[in-house]
Amino acid sequence: MSAARTTYREAVRAAIRAALLDDERVFLMGEDVGSYGGCFGVSKGLLEEFGPERIRDTPLSESGFTGAGIGAALGGMRPIVEIMTVNFSLLALDQIVNSAATIRHMSDGQFSVPLVIRMATGAGRQLAAQHSHSLESFYAHVPGIRVVAPATLEDARGMLPAALADPDPVVIFEHTSLYNLEGELAEDAGAVDLDRAAIRRPGRDVTLVTHGGSLAKTLAAAATLAEEGIEAEVIDLRSLRPLDDATIIASVSRTRRAVMVDEGWRTMSLAAELVTRIVEQAFYELDAPLARVCTAEVPIPYPAHLEQAALPSADKIVAAARRLTGG
Amino acid sequence: MSRADTELPGREEGLQLLRGMQRIRRFEDRAAELYSAMKIRGFLHLYNGQEAVAVGVLQALHEDDAVVATYREHGHALAAGLPMGEVMAELYGREQGSSGGRGGSMHIFDAEHRFYGGQAIVAGGLPLAVGLALADQMQHRPRVTACFFGEGAAAEGEFHEALNLAALWTLPVLFVCENNLYAMGTALGRSQAETDIHARAGGYGIESTALDGMDVVAVAAAARAAVTGIREDGKPRFLECHTYRFRAHSMFDAQLYRPREEIEAWKKRCPIMGLRQRLLAAELATEADFAALEQDIEAEVEAAVAFAEAGSWEPVEQLASHVMTEREA
Amino acid sequence: MADFLMPSLGADMDEGTLVQWEVAPGDTVRRGQVVAVVETAKGAIDVEIFRDGVVEELLVEPGTTVPVGQPIARLRECGEAEPTPGPAPAPATATAEPDTARVRASPAARRQAEALGIDLEALAGSGPDGAITLEDVGRAGSARESMAEAVAPAPAKPAAPGRPVDIRGAIAAAMSRAKREIPHYYLGHWVDLSPANEWLADWNASHPVAERLLPAVLMLRAVALAAARFPDFNGFWRDGKFVAGDGVHVGTAISLRRGGLVAPALKNADRHSLPELMDAFRDLVGRARAGRLTGSELLGGTITVSSLGEQGVEEVYPVIYPPQVAIVGFGTPVERPWVVGGRIEPRWLVRATLAADHRVSDGRRGALFLEAVTGLLQEPETL
Repeated sequence: MSAARTTYREAVRAAIRAALLDDERVFLMGEDVGSYGGCFGVSKGLLEEFGPERIRDTPLSESGFTGAGIGAALGGMRPIVEIMTVNFSLLALDQIVNSAATIRHMSDGQFSVPLVIRMATGAGRQLAAQHSHSLESFYAHVPGIRVVAPATLEDARGMLPAALADPDPVVIFEHTSLYNLEGELAEDAGAVDLDRAAIRRPGRDVTLVTHGGSLAKTLAAAATLAEEGIEAEVIDLRSLRPLDDATIIASVSRTRRAVMVDEGWRTMSLAAELVTRIVEQAFYELDAPLARVCTAEVPIPYPAHLEQAALPSADKIVAAARRLTGG
Repeated sequence: MSRADTELPGREEGLQLLRGMQRIRRFEDRAAELYSAMKIRGFLHLYNGQEAVAVGVLQALHEDDAVVATYREHGHALAAGLPMGEVMAELYGREQGSSGGRGGSMHIFDAEHRFYGGQAIVAGGLPLAVGLALADQMQHRPRVTACFFGEGAAAEGEFHEALNLAALWTLPVLFVCENNLYAMGTALGRSQAETDIHARAGGYGIESTALDGMDVVAVAAAARAAVTGIREDGKPRFLECHTYRFRAHSMFDAQLYRPREEIEAWKKRCPIMGLRQRLLAAELATEADFAALEQDIEAEVEAAVAFAEAGSWEPVEQLASHVMTEREA
Repeated sequence: MADFLMPSLGADMDEGTLVQWEVAPGDTVRRGQVVAVVETAKGAIDVEIFRDGVVEELLVEPGTTVPVGQPIARLRECGEAEPTPGPAPAPATATAEPDTARVRASPAARRQAEALGIDLEALAGSGPDGAITLEDVGRAGSARESMAEAVAPAPAKPAAPGRPVDIRGAIAAAMSRAKREIPHYYLGHWVDLSPANEWLADWNASHPVAERLLPAVLMLRAVALAAARFPDFNGFWRDGKFVAGDGVHVGTAISLRRGGLVAPALKNADRHSLPELMDAFRDLVGRARAGRLTGSELLGGTITVSSLGEQGVEEVYPVIYPPQVAIVGFGTPVERPWVVGGRIEPRWLVRATLAADHRVSDGRRGALFLEAVTGLLQEPETL
């Protein structure tokens, strides 16, 4: 199987392009996805190839066009709605939570909403407090939608087609720090499963659970820990809703220690949910308190040194793991 | 604009419109009674007084057109052709209801009739209607989506976002504003700077009409014209129907916000009584026709209640079914 | 209200010097908790309390020497009202005290300890905040359960710096009393260690480092089993007569790095397997050297073993540790020519000696006892 050098951005674009070619019901809709080429350059060139009907620039109406996406999905289309950042998606929260997530259950299964919503998330680029937050947990809280976070090239390429094939609403979180991620991707890369967490590095001493943009930091932390003789197992959640309890619990039952690495704020966080599930399902396997490395409870500040101080880092992850392993 | 401006249809159609409104009225009165008897719970928003809007608009639609309504949607559901027994069973919460009992009064859904709710977030249904119309446009289906909402929705951002999108993308949506003057208890003049709602639609370049929503003949005519226009050029249309709800916002409402005299004055403009008088005056129908109609409807409503009464509760084991589409393991 | 008295930790303890308090007024204490460190003639000892309550007042400052039986603290029972004037106290039901004395242990350690019947309170934790981890429990093994009865938790923190320990004085007192009061007799016997060494080599080759056994543990085990069969070597001379021990608690002489010797007991050593004994032995040595033994461990032996290990001396004539009545000594193992089946072979030998109290036993019983010890060492698989 041949592989090509590519970036995360190109992998997402390739996924969108393939979907547009495969299925005429698919279209991309969002702010600046057309002429501008996408806020993060993901859809660059697609307007020229597919035209303004299917690469549809929208007005700044997050609720309006997200709701329209839901309606179009109800009407038989397979829309991909792009919301620039998760911060802006709060303007569409009504449609996602009150409509997309409810209609299937509320209508007793008469209608489902095969909608894909992509949005950028996360900090690290000095974009300050209204463009940098990680609010994945807001969405992962809601029954009726799936929430996934591709952290690798394979998932960037493969989660979109899987999401489009899913009959229910799927929210895809793309961490802004990942768009420039470069690596080899098989040329025949395609859909991947949306259900399972992945063990990105095996280890026996402590489990580090993370997702999205924190995966690289967590792997770096695991490498540092290995030099100290602590073998960390790194789990990439991939799916934030539903959570793959089986993989997490199996890992923690082996290592008996776990650190959640989550760029969300600590309070009421995804990390908090993970801790709860581990305690519920593996309490007697634990040999140390569970730990969390989350973002400091502040709006993300602009200056680089303050932003970095607020975010999870490899050092903080190493320190947390070290403490649990008695180091 | 007055009633005299609208041309009365023939006997058949006149009685048909009357039947449509009378069914809703009788259904709603019975629902109020059943609510008091605790057969129906939750919020119950009744449509008394506004029947002309749903009946007048929906008679203009084709079978494969879509409807997006609000939480005050029993009338729309009945006018759209949903079986009365299933609607009543939904109010009861029975699994034989339109939405399997899961939605209740506010969330009636029916795939067969392309009835997309039953949306209880004010203005939340407008973007959905835009999307349904977008799907039709992209799939080259000559269908119309009718979207009902109250005047209160015009204060919401989604109203403006949806109107802008529909106009921008030339989408076949019939927006129907049922202006009953009160957003729950807040009078229009106390909450919106521009009380002429249809003028707002004009701001987006949408062809809009304001009309007497108590006159079913006028509503039917306007709706037919609008739908015909939509089918011709694919552009959205906007109807603002001036109407009034005779009952409280929901069952638990002391109506402190509006004078009794105002209610009585509007009741004199009852769309059902109005149509009856005009049919009698034009000698298109007799009291005996009305009595027979009422008897029919009474029987239909009682059958619907009996159907709901005989219904069953969804097993608790199914609580989580349809949260997500069931997949093969 | 109850007084907490300077405890009597042994028949020959007349007074003690309070080294430090481990609790403060207002603290809730649980039965078995270490509340103070008291220096005695036998060394610094963690003093445990035998009732639940709340510390009302500490009556004695560290550094003060107090006679046995004098109140050193006042204790309020849990739920008992504070004796302060003022508004009526809240009903007792409204003031449930938090269980602050609960041992810090991980859930996995707790479950494992429960499964093995191990008393967590006796373990020292190596985990975060000194919590007991699964590994700690595994190390201790099930032997810890009965050995640690009534033993207070041994916190992982190091001994207080500068804590004075008059070990020499304690040894002097005990040994003087032994030689003054106990009519010792001595027996000696060569033991061929080859079977034991081979068996040990096999065992250690097939087990991870943490489960490897030391020869000393085989010797402890052999003495324990023999003592169980010969009860007149296992117990005390008290008030003019022999009192048999309530179990076989083998004191093991441990030399301390800063000089001196203690002989804490491995309780019920006859009822525990070799790996369990090994774990307990390792734990005991560690804590002895950290100065964190409890009174009942220091004073609970019913017989003692003194093993010279690698010190190069072939034979030891040990002195009985009063009020015990016997002590077994082992010299340094040496390779010697030895006649086996009419042929001379190089063999690893150890000299086993017995010192016993002639008031309780005589040489013939002693010979049988020592023979039993050495016989057991010849058949290590039976240990």
